[in-house]
Order: sequence, then C-alpha cells, then structure tokens
Amino acid sequence: MTKHTDHEFPEPARLDIDNVTAGYNGSDALIDLTLQIPPGSQVAIVGPNGAGKSTLFKVLVGLMPIRKGSIQIHCQPIGQHRDCVAYIPQREEVDWKFPVTVRDVVTMGRYAQLGWFAQPGSQDSEVVDDCLKQMNLLDLANASVGDLSGGQQQRAFLARALAQEPHILLMDEPFTGVDAATVETTLALIKNLRQKKVTVLVSTHDLNLAAQHFELVALLNKRLISFGPPEKALTQETLKAAFSQQLVNMNGALLVDDCCPPDKDHHHRGDHA
Amino acid sequence: MLEWLITPLTYQFMQRALVAGILVGILCSVIGCYVILRSMAFLGDALAHAILPGIAIAYLLNGNLTLGALVAAILVALGIGQISKQGTIREDSAIGILFTAALALGVALISSIRTYAVDLSHILFGDILGIGVGDLILTATTGVIILTVVLLFYKQFLVISFDPVLAATLRWPAEWIRNALLILLALTIVVSMQTVGVGLVAAMLVTPPATAYLLTRRLPAMMALSALIGAFSAILGLYISYYANIVSGPAIVLTATGLFLIAYLFSPRKGRLRKRMRSAKPL
Repeated sequence: MTKHTDHEFPEPARLDIDNVTAGYNGSDALIDLTLQIPPGSQVAIVGPNGAGKSTLFKVLVGLMPIRKGSIQIHCQPIGQHRDCVAYIPQREEVDWKFPVTVRDVVTMGRYAQLGWFAQPGSQDSEVVDDCLKQMNLLDLANASVGDLSGGQQQRAFLARALAQEPHILLMDEPFTGVDAATVETTLALIKNLRQKKVTVLVSTHDLNLAAQHFELVALLNKRLISFGPPEKALTQETLKAAFSQQLVNMNGALLVDDCCPPDKDHHHRGDHA
Repeated sequence: MLEWLITPLTYQFMQRALVAGILVGILCSVIGCYVILRSMAFLGDALAHAILPGIAIAYLLNGNLTLGALVAAILVALGIGQISKQGTIREDSAIGILFTAALALGVALISSIRTYAVDLSHILFGDILGIGVGDLILTATTGVIILTVVLLFYKQFLVISFDPVLAATLRWPAEWIRNALLILLALTIVVSMQTVGVGLVAAMLVTPPATAYLLTRRLPAMMALSALIGAFSAILGLYISYYANIVSGPAIVLTATGLFLIAYLFSPRKGRLRKRMRSAKPL
C-alpha cells in the first residue's frame, strides 16, 4: 500500500483468547479455548469439520456471544475496536445478487473510518483505488460483483479488507472453492500483510497448505489440541486426537479423509431479517 | 394529444389522485428496493394485512385510525423480528403466525362492531379518487421524512442488507438498524394504504423495484429508477383508468406489471429474450 496508509498500521495487534466457550442453541461448538496470538503473527486454524473454526471467527467479530471466558485485543475486551478486525466471509455468506459493483464493495471497507452520516471522500477513494490495484481489480471496478468469477469475488473481498486497514484479518476458508491463481494471490497478500504487521488468522482444512505457508498452526477439535510451529503442532498424536474418525494410516503416511459434509455453522448466516 | 392529457386534469379529484399516486408510487418504490433485496416481499404483504386489529381497536376507542394502524404495523414488524431472532423459528414461519393471528384478531374485533361500514373499508381498500387535502399533506410529510431517513442511513441500510457480517465487524447495532428499516416499511405501508389500499401497496412495494433491479447494477440507481417507474405507473395507470373506465387501483398495478414484463423480457443484462437470442446465435 502507498504512503498515506502506512501510518494507519501502528503497533501490531495482540490477541488473547482466554478460556472461551461458545456455540449455537445449547451445544458448544468451542470449549475452553485459550490462545495467545503473538502480535503480527500469521496463524492457520485447522481442524476437522465442526471443530469450531467458523465459530471462533464469529465470536471474534462479535456475531456470536461468548458463553464463558473473555477475548482481548490490544489488551482491551472485544467490542471496543470498530476498525480493528476485518473478516473475509465464506462465499455462501454473501448475497451475490445484490446490486453492488466491485468499487462499492471495497468502499464499504472505508465505513469503519467514517462517522455514521459521513460520506466517503476523495482520500477514501484513493485508498479504494490502491486496494483495487493491489488486487488487480481496477479493470473490473465497475462490474457487478455477481458477474465476477469466484476468484475475482474473493479478491474483491480481500481488497475490501485491505481498505479497512485492519489490525487483525480473519479469513474463513479462503482456499476452498477458488482457482489456483486466487490461492496464489491470497497467499501473496498474506505474506505482504506480514510486512505491515497485520495479525492474520486463516481457517483451512488443507493441512499441507497450513504447514507450508504459516509460521503458526492452531489445531482445533472444539478444544485446542495443539498450537505452535507446524512441525510441533501437527504431529501424529495431535492429528490423531483431532481427526480420530477421519484419519487413515496408509503405510505410515497419515491421510485425512475429508469427504464428510461440511459442518452446519458454515451455512449459518448472521442475519435473517 | 395535449387535450388527451389535459382533460382529466380539469377535475379536482383527478389532480389529487395524480399527486397521491405519484407520492405513494415514489415512496413505496424506494422502500421496496430493500423489501425485494432483503427478501421481505412476504413481510410487506403481511404488514399490510396485520394493521387490521389496530384499526379496529382505534375505531372502538374512537381514536385516530391511522395511528391505530401504525401502532399495529410496528408491533407486528418488531414481533416478527423478535421471534425469528433466536433462530429456532424461521422468519417466514414467524411472519405467517403473526400475520394470520393479527388478521384473525382484526376480523374478530370488527365482527363485534355493528356500525362498521365505510370508515374501515376505506382505510383497508383505499380510494385514490376520494382523497382529501389533509390526507395528501399527511402522505407528503411522512414521505419526506421517510425518504430523508433512507438517505441519511444509506450506508447502514446498504451494509445490513448486503453483508450483515460486516455490520457486526464494524460493531454497528445491527438489530437497531434492522428495526429502523422495519419501522420505515410499516410507516410507508400505513400512509400509502389509506390512499391506495392494501393491494396497491403490496404491488408498489415489489413490482417497480423488481423492474429497476433488472435494469441497474447499483443500489442508488436502482432506487432512483424504481421511484421513476413507480411514479410513471401511477400517472399512466390513472389516465388508463380515466379513459378506459377501469377502477384506478388495478389500472396502476397492471401498468406497473406491464413495465416489469417488458424489462423481464428485454433487459440488456438480465432479460429472458435477450439471453435466448444470444444463446441461439451460431457459434
């Protein structure tokens, strides 16, 4: 990003999740989770379907209440940081038939910085242009989001997250259902955000990708199984503990059988009205 | 041609009907954009019927019928939001339950009123040709207030409709914004209904916005075009009603429907016929 936005990323965000329990309608999707995410680090959240990856993100953005425990960002309880957390939703959480252009979507990223009744100004549109350029979307700025390919749609939301100038970026399954080019762009962006000291949390069920591209991996199965560098977090024992049912041992190589249906919270929309 | 246009305007009832039609056409068509984008078409229809007990109670208490209607509409709207919020009952079921309950309560109350006649049917079915100046002023004032709120809260309503998760990330009070939208819808329905009736309100909330949706790619353009289509349908409908001697409400609805069909078939981006012609082209 260019100079006028660099100062917007001050100190990297510290994220403390302390003993958090949360879930839908009576059942707990996340139990006693304690995680200290070091400032500016890039963490892959992995685990089987229904492990509470989406739940964790919903709790972090304030879409779901915490039953027990607390979450602190910059050593303050969540809810105080309007412009601090950006979230890239899963594809099915977005209404793609809505009449908005790519530029409209990215401009929404600026709303965090604007007052309730303020309109985006020329500085905002400069930031928006920058973000569009970074995601290689300038040519498509005036296209309807519904007319884009899946990868382009994801890049539009990445551009919006950039425009938010977040301290913490959450991405829910960004590598699922997109083409190889988009996976590359997304990984490049994550690497780029590392220089900007943005704390990034990415949920994925692709263990290889997590091990190759992330310095830290948190393995979940409702509870935290392990957390640390990939070679320490993803061992035979921890994988067995997380994937007990789906783990297949083929001649010493562990394979995760990932064919079961996605957990239901992936399809949960925050809004029904 | 000019004479054709001017003759109806020499009647005062036609002048008022035109003003009322344009006002209601614009108001419903703009709010209607959110109705169709948020899939609330059923809710709009339900609200229009659910005001019945409010009117009946206001009538029994010798109160203001419009106020009674408004209170009932807002209560039902917020009640639906409350029931479906927990997620155990789907929103369309919540609407179905509350809407039929309100309707039944209204009919039960009305059946106990012996003198019920003109007043109630007027407010339910409207009479665009019999509108008084007072009604016009009320509709215009409320309309201006509603449109101002829609403009002021454009960002909020856009985000809550397109991406409620972003609203949560921004720590906006999502429930308040949703309720504000529901109250605007309730207000629109109540002020429009006594001029044009239940059927016309339900149509104007859905048909012009759906037509505009087919022809535009951004929400502000969709709202502007929808308002134009709503106003134009009212004008053309009233002229047709005058010359073809048809009841005015249905004439307006059918005009709006006709415009929708044209857009549905010929819209450059989303039109059915266009698509067919394109796909039939030899490769």
